[in-house]
Amino acid sequence: MYRIIERKDLSSTIKLMRIAAPEIAKKAQAGQFVILRIHDHGERIPMTIADFDRAQGTITIVFQVVGKSTEELATLKEGESILNFLGPLGQPSEIKKYGKAVCIGGGVGVAPIYPIARALHEAGNQVISIIGARNEKMLFYEEEMNSVSDHFHIVTDDGSRGNQGLVTDILCDLLESGEQIDLVFAIGPVPMMRAVAELTRGHGIKTFVSLNPIMVDGTGMCGGCRVSVGETSKFACVDGPDFDAHQVDFDQLLERQKMYCQEEQDSKEHWHQCKCRG
Amino acid sequence: MRTQEPNVRIHNFDEVALGYTEEQAVAEAERCLNCKKKPCSSGCPVGVDIPGFIELIKERDFLGAAKKVKESNNLPAICGRVCPQEAQCEKYCALGKKGESVAIGRLERFVADRERECGVETPPLPEPQGKKVAVVGSGPAGLTVAADLAKLGYGVTMFEALHDPGGVLIYGIPQFRLPKEIVKGEIDYIKGLGVDLKVDSLIGRIQSVDELLADGYNAVFIGTGAGLPNFMNIPGENLNGVYSANEFLTRTNLMKAYQFPEYDTPIKVGKLAAVIGGGNVAMDSARCALRLGAEEVYIIYRRSEKEMPARAEEIEHAVEEGVKLNLLCAPTRIIGEDGWVKALECIKFELGEADESGRRRPVPIEGSEFIMEMDTVVMAIGNSPNPLISQTTPDLETGWRGILVADPETGLTTKPGVYAGGDIVTGAATVISAMGAGKRAAAAIDRYLKGDDS
Ligand SMILES: Cc1cc2nc3c(=O)[nH]c(=O)nc-3n(C[C@H](O)[C@H](O)[C@H](O)COP(=O)(O)OP(=O)(O)OC[C@H]3O[C@@H](n4cnc5c(N)ncnc54)[C@H](O)[C@@H]3O)c2cc1C
Ligand SMILES: Cc1cc2nc3c(=O)[nH]c(=O)nc-3n(C[C@H](O)[C@H](O)[C@H](O)COP(=O)(O)OP(=O)(O)OC[C@H]3O[C@@H](n4cnc5c(N)ncnc54)[C@H](O)[C@@H]3O)c2cc1C
Ligand code: SF4
Ligand code: SF4
Ligand code: FES
Repeated sequence: MYRIIERKDLSSTIKLMRIAAPEIAKKAQAGQFVILRIHDHGERIPMTIADFDRAQGTITIVFQVVGKSTEELATLKEGESILNFLGPLGQPSEIKKYGKAVCIGGGVGVAPIYPIARALHEAGNQVISIIGARNEKMLFYEEEMNSVSDHFHIVTDDGSRGNQGLVTDILCDLLESGEQIDLVFAIGPVPMMRAVAELTRGHGIKTFVSLNPIMVDGTGMCGGCRVSVGETSKFACVDGPDFDAHQVDFDQLLERQKMYCQEEQDSKEHWHQCKCRG
Repeated sequence: MRTQEPNVRIHNFDEVALGYTEEQAVAEAERCLNCKKKPCSSGCPVGVDIPGFIELIKERDFLGAAKKVKESNNLPAICGRVCPQEAQCEKYCALGKKGESVAIGRLERFVADRERECGVETPPLPEPQGKKVAVVGSGPAGLTVAADLAKLGYGVTMFEALHDPGGVLIYGIPQFRLPKEIVKGEIDYIKGLGVDLKVDSLIGRIQSVDELLADGYNAVFIGTGAGLPNFMNIPGENLNGVYSANEFLTRTNLMKAYQFPEYDTPIKVGKLAAVIGGGNVAMDSARCALRLGAEEVYIIYRRSEKEMPARAEEIEHAVEEGVKLNLLCAPTRIIGEDGWVKALECIKFELGEADESGRRRPVPIEGSEFIMEMDTVVMAIGNSPNPLISQTTPDLETGWRGILVADPETGLTTKPGVYAGGDIVTGAATVISAMGAGKRAAAAIDRYLKGDDS
């Protein structure tokens, strides 16, 4: 069992949990993820490691409530425990000195971009960060991101905080201003990552994205997480989750993420009914 | 042996084969000639004393018989159910030449089930040796090593990546063929021997093999299996509705998708399902697809029925249940619509010359392509070893498709103190061969730790 040491609402639908998992904290690196299961009827839920504290032996996850499992996870309180917590999984992000790096986080993707921005910063890169959300209430990690960035931009869809617009608007301005950029790292909804890839492709800037296809085991055993990258099929859980954005078939990823739409709906309704019955 | 009727069992996941009654078991045992040379035992990869345990059944000493089997086979309730007996012990039975071999597997299952019903006793454990062994992977190979070493007094810690131990026995082979309660029973027995089981522990990530050795483990056994699914690399394989058999079976068995939404993990099976392959994995996938609601299920296999590697009983049960065998053909592409599987294009084969394995090689017939409408496609064309351990352990030598190089007698790898066995060394094989490798490795580790190995 893994204890929830801290639980916070970052917004109405985005929650933070710090979980005691000393062995994983010892090994975790930026870009890796965990797979958790709430109880023995639960599914295996992949979550990026949003932070780790080796001294305290904790792993932080930040998640958005989208369906049954994340809704149930959000009901858990500090001091309660979850049944399974496996990690660290996946390849760590390729952290080295690139020069000038732009880190882009959209929506809940701000959480996983944070340890990457921090690591890039610590590796001596100049870091320009752009984070975006639908509105001010959905924004989080502003201070954290600011503290690891040389330049820091905020955008919201409705302009309630920072610039009004999309993260790609800022990236576009940067690119057009002729600034020399050596690396772009983008994590967020698939359409956002695809838009970033399209923008940087023409400029020939190395661009990484972190992919989140549907997973089961997370150890390379099922192949459910396969994504088309260039000419080949990759297993995101072991070959990734980071990939060269210019090689990724984003349309296929979007399709594959929809595989269980109907079942996800059924699962949620079933759970709500069970809750009502007590 | 009694079975559930096909039209009943395709609507449930309960065990198909119901096992012998006491009278049936004794009657079957009476047929055994008690051959002096024990040809049957020489066909068993772990050399079970077959006439010995059958004699005890004749005397109705069922617990004694179970004990006899367990002298060489730790997991008889499992082997009795899943061993390919017709290719092993029963193949060599003296009675097989003229008529029907003694049903050794069924008798083995009978005595093991009987023993379990009576409550299995934990044997008295010897004084601790003060030495520790790490076992990586909790499939049949790892379970065997752990049990044997624990019985010799070693401190054993078993690391398993998934949340439940058992390897393929838990995530792959379905409930209706091998009830999970039986596997859990065996694992409880092994825990009772003092083995410390750590689930959610992916070695290579949470700790490397070198770190285990540095951490005070005196030896490491690697039994990580062949869990990496192969695909055909044909167009359309990443469409929705295409599964590897591993994903299909893991969702169904480990995650209990057949009880969705009571269990959270979904699975999607349409009306028409095709399973590519002819082994046990393919049969299990096809029979799961039927039980999950597919109306028509096809096995698509390149060779003829005679060459199918699946256990004879599984093919028979699958056909009884209505699985259709489309032999001598293979897929060439998967056709999609809006991101989903719509149809499967296959090409026909004919049998040509015999190949190295003695099986006649299938040759495609040019221009014979045909299209079958399909909603679900399951790829069951084999698994390779997962490369994580070899990638993270520099001095482990690997061979064909990433199998670990190990001495067949001892399991010793190219790294001192590190042993391996089961599918990670042989490529996908059988439960009993993985256990056999585990037994030999446990004995070798014991010699190594006692310093008898020079
Ligand atoms: C490597 C990786 C890292 C991730 N990191 C985060 C994170 O840091 N924060 C966060 O909020 N979310 C993250 N996700 C996504 C998260 O796992 C899903 O949102 C969650 O599983 C949804 O479950 P649900 O039952 O609440 O929703 P559902 O209603 O079941 O699904 C909603 C959507 O989530 C996706 N999804 C469903 N099941 C899975 C699954 N087993 N694996 C992956 N995606 C699935 C599908 O696209 C689906 O349409 C990550 C996914 C991956 C693969
Ligand atoms: C669907 C199916 C049906 C089958 N039917 C039969 C049958 O009827 N009869 C028969 O004899 N054989 C059958 N087989 C084959 C048989 O199951 C295998 O040969 C046998 O299970 C191999 O045992 P193993 O211990 O080597 O590995 P596995 O059973 O594969 O176990 C390996 C374990 O190691 C774990 N692991 C992997 N990597 C790591 C890591 N890095 N760290 C920690 N843990 C790790 C895995 O999660 C797994 O639990 C079948 C196989 C399948 C897939
Ligand atoms: S372990 Fe398998 S091969 Fe050996 S006797 Fe039993 S059923 Fe036959
Ligand atoms: S070969 Fe057949 S008849 Fe002879 S001892 Fe073995 S099981 Fe009995
Ligand atoms: S999640 Fe199963 S192989 Fe990646």
